[in-house]
Amino acid sequence: MSDRPHVEVQGLVVTARNPAGETFPIVSGIDFALKRGEVLALIGESGSGKTTIALTLLGHARPGATIAGGSIRVGDAELTKLDRGALAQLRGNRIAYIAQSAASAFNPSRTIMDQVVEPAMIHRLMSRAAAERKAVDLFRALALPFPDTIGARYPHQLSGGQLQRLMAAMALITDPELVILDEPTTALDVTTQIEVLRAFKAVVLERGATAIYVSHDLAVVAQMADQIVVLNHGRIREAGAAAQILHAPADDYTRTLMAAARPAIRPIPAKADLPAAAPLLEIRNVTAGYGKIGKDGLPRVPVLRDINLTIERGGTLGVIGESGSGKSTIARVIAGLLPPASGQVLLDGEPLPPGLDGRSREQFRRIQLVFQNADTALNPAHSVGQILARPLAFYAGLKGNAAHLRVLELLDLIRLPASLIDRNIGGLSGGQKQRVNLARALAADPQIILCDEVTSALDTVVGAAILELMAELRRELGIATMFISHDISTVRAICDDILVLYSGTMVETGPRSAFATAPFHPYTDLLIGSVPEMRAGWLEESHAGAAPPPIGAAGDHPDLCRFLPRCAARVDGLCNITPPPRHGLDKGSAGASRILCHHGDESLIPL
Amino acid sequence: MAGASSQSGMKAALTLTTQRFASSLLTLLLVSVTIFVIAQLLPGDAAQEALGQSATAEQIAALRHEMGLDRPAYVRYADWLGGMVSGNPGQSMVANMPVAEVIAERLPNSLLLAALTALVAVPVALAIGIGSAMNRGGRIDRALNIATLSMVAVPEFLVATIAVLIFSVKLRWLPSIALVSDDMTWGEYLPGVAMPILTLSVVVIAQMARMTRAAVIDQMDRPYVEMAVLKGVAPVQVVLKHIMPNAIAPIVNAMALSLSYLLGGAVIVETIFNYPGLASLMVNAVTSRDMPLLQACAMIFCAAYLLLMLIADVTAILANPRLRAQ
Repeated sequence: MSDRPHVEVQGLVVTARNPAGETFPIVSGIDFALKRGEVLALIGESGSGKTTIALTLLGHARPGATIAGGSIRVGDAELTKLDRGALAQLRGNRIAYIAQSAASAFNPSRTIMDQVVEPAMIHRLMSRAAAERKAVDLFRALALPFPDTIGARYPHQLSGGQLQRLMAAMALITDPELVILDEPTTALDVTTQIEVLRAFKAVVLERGATAIYVSHDLAVVAQMADQIVVLNHGRIREAGAAAQILHAPADDYTRTLMAAARPAIRPIPAKADLPAAAPLLEIRNVTAGYGKIGKDGLPRVPVLRDINLTIERGGTLGVIGESGSGKSTIARVIAGLLPPASGQVLLDGEPLPPGLDGRSREQFRRIQLVFQNADTALNPAHSVGQILARPLAFYAGLKGNAAHLRVLELLDLIRLPASLIDRNIGGLSGGQKQRVNLARALAADPQIILCDEVTSALDTVVGAAILELMAELRRELGIATMFISHDISTVRAICDDILVLYSGTMVETGPRSAFATAPFHPYTDLLIGSVPEMRAGWLEESHAGAAPPPIGAAGDHPDLCRFLPRCAARVDGLCNITPPPRHGLDKGSAGASRILCHHGDESLIPL
Repeated sequence: MAGASSQSGMKAALTLTTQRFASSLLTLLLVSVTIFVIAQLLPGDAAQEALGQSATAEQIAALRHEMGLDRPAYVRYADWLGGMVSGNPGQSMVANMPVAEVIAERLPNSLLLAALTALVAVPVALAIGIGSAMNRGGRIDRALNIATLSMVAVPEFLVATIAVLIFSVKLRWLPSIALVSDDMTWGEYLPGVAMPILTLSVVVIAQMARMTRAAVIDQMDRPYVEMAVLKGVAPVQVVLKHIMPNAIAPIVNAMALSLSYLLGGAVIVETIFNYPGLASLMVNAVTSRDMPLLQACAMIFCAAYLLLMLIADVTAILANPRLRAQ
C-alpha cells in the first residue's frame, strides 16, 4: 500500500469534436504517477494539452471535450468510473483547483470570504464560524494584508497577486490531498510572482499535499517541482525528475523550450556616425494622465510625471515596469492618443501637435503603433491582404497591382508564405497574427514603431521567433523601435537603451550595458532579482522581495520617492523627508546610468 | 475597515440612486412638455369642441377667455402641470367630469391586471430561461426555444381569439368578456380576468424568457463558473448562487421593459375582452379628442415606464459591488 503511488494516470485520452462532428484526440497516451507529497509539473506551450490533463484529475473536461479512455486514480478513487454526484463530492474537498487567472475565477458579485469558505460549506465539513477562523489563519499564513478583514472585500478591490493567494486559501480550506495549480502566476508581474511563489511553497507544498503544477515557464517549475512532464501537441515528449529535465534534457523539443526561455543577447548594430542632428524622437518633460487638469498642472489621475527620453534613428529603447507603471501610456502620448498635460513630443526636432487632431497624415505615417494583442487589434472579418492593403492605400495611395506587389513584399519581410494573402485573420495562429500586426505597421513605411508588449501574449518559442524577426527588420530597414515590456531579460537582450518606469516616474535610464552589472536603482534591482533562474533553490536564495526596513511616517512633499513603501534600501529620516535627486551612477567601465535615488554607487553595491 | 468600506459603499449606492431618481424626474418633465406641445399642435381646442360647428367666432373667443385658453402657452402649461402634480389634471370634456375621477375608475383595473400578469409571467419566464440555459444545446433547450419563438411571433389578438374559442366556446370554462365591478369577490373576479392574463402572459413570458436565457448563458462560460463547478457546487446552486448575482441586472432590465408593456400595450387585450382598463380609455380619448384626459393618460404611462426603469437601474446598482463601492 505504502509504495503504491498516490496519484496515477495511465493511457489517458481526451477527445474533442470538430464542427463536422468527427471526434479527434486532443490528448493521448498520457501516463504518470506521483507519490504522496510530490509535486509534478506539466509543462508545454499553449495547445499542448497541459490544462486539459490537469482538469481530468478533477474528473472534468471543458465543454466539447470528453475523457475518452485510460484511468485516472487519486488515492482509492478511480475518477473515470465516478458519476457526476460522486465527482462533485471529491471536487473542492479531497481535490482542489487553483485557477490561472484569479481575477476572473472569483465571482465578482460575492465577497471573498463567502467564496473561500464555500467548499467547506457545501461539503459540510465544518461550521461557518470554524471555516471563517480557518480562512483567516490561512490568509495570515499566505502573508495577505489585513487577514482579519480582507474576507469582507470584493474581488475588484484586490490586486491580482492577492487574489491568487486568496485562491490558494480557498483550495486549502478543506485540507485537500491533491492540489491542481493551473498556471497560477502567469498573469502576474515578476515582482508579484516571486511573492506568490514563496507563499505557495510555504503553505501549499509544506502541508504535505500532492500537487500538479501546470506552467509554460521552466524557471518557475524549477522552483516547485520534483518531477516534470514535457508536453507538446497532446503527447508526452519527455518525463523525468526535475533535475534531469532541467540540466540534461534528452528531447529536442525540451531543449527548444529551454533555449527560448533564455533570450540570446543581440549585438547592437554599428551606427553610422551621423552629424549631431536632432534625435529622431524626443520627449521633453511630459506629464500626462486622465481627468481634468487641476490648478497644480497635474491631471486628476496622473499617470506619467516628468518623462524625458530620446530615441536615435534606428535605435531601440526598452521601457520596462510593472503593470500600471504607465508604460503603455508613454506609447499613447507619442501616438497622440492621449495629449499630455504638459511637455512636448518632438519628431526630428519638430514639436508634434499633442493630440490626434492637429497631426498631418505624414506625421501619422512616420509613427506606428503595434498593439499587444493581435487578436483584438486586427479586424477578424478581414483577410491578411485587406489588412495590409489598407495602410498602403491610406498613406501611399497604392492601388491595384502595385498594392498587391507591396503586400507580397511585406509578407516576405515578415516570413509568411504568400499563400496566406487571402486567409482570414481568424484562421491564423497567434504568432502569425502578431507577424501580420507587425506588417500592418511596416506597411506605412514608418520611421519608428512603438511595440506594446508584442510578445507577452505569445508562447516563449513563438515570442522568441517574433523577437528574432524584429531584430532582422531593424537591421534591414533601420527602423527605430520603442519596445515596451514587463520582462527585463527580453529588454536587456534586444534594446540599446533602457528606461525603467515605476509608478509613472523614470527611476533609472541608461545603455543596456549599465543593466548588466550592479549597482542598480533599488527597484531595478528588485526587477532583475525577481526573474526566476532555471535551477532549484533559487527561490530560497533570492533576496528579492525581502521586507523593507522599518521607516517613520512619510512627509507630504509631492516629489518624494514613489518606490519608498517597497524599497529595501530606504533610509529613515532621508527618503521619507527629502525628494530624491536624479544623478549618475558610475559603474566603472560598464557604462553609466542615471537614477532617481538618494543612494550612490557605494551605498547601492551591498544590495 | 470592512465595516467602513461597506458603509461608504451604501452611501455611494444612495448617491447613485438619488441621481438616477432626479434624472427620471427630469425626463418626466421633458415628456410633459412634449405631450403639452403635441396637444397644442392638434387642430381645434376645447372651446371649439364644446360649442360645436355652428358657433360664431365671438362666442368661441368669449368661451376661450372664460376657460383661460387665450392666455400664453407657458402660463397654461404651468397651470396644467400644477394641476397634474396636485392631482387635478382638469375636466374631461366627453365624460363631463374631472379627469381624476375618470382615471380613478380605470387605473386600479389596469394596475391589478398588470400586477397579476407579472405575478404569473415573471416566475414562469425565469424558470423557462434558466432551464433552457442550463440545458444549452440540449433537447429541452431546443423545445423551449421553439416554443418561446412561436409565442413571440404569434400576434396577441390571435392568442386571445384562440383562447376564447377554446375556453369559452368549446369548453365553456371561462366567460369571454371580463366583467368588473367594485363589489366583486376574488372568486368572481379571477375567472373573468384569467384569459386577459393568459394572453398578456404569452407575449411577455416569451420576451423575458429569451432575455433571461441570454443573460445566464453570457455568464456560463466565465472562469468563475468553471471554478464553482470545480469546487463541487451542484449545477442548480451554480446558477442560483454564482450566476444569478451577475446576471440579475440585465434580466431585471429586460423584465422592466416587458412589464412596461402591460399598462399601455394592453389595449388590444382590453378591447377584445371588453376589460375596463386605462389603455382603452386613452384610445377613446384620442378618438373623441378629449385632450385633458389624453394628456393625463400619457403622463401616467410614461411615469409607470420611468418607474420600472428606475427599479431596474437601482437593482443593477445594488447587485454590482463595483457600482456600490465607487
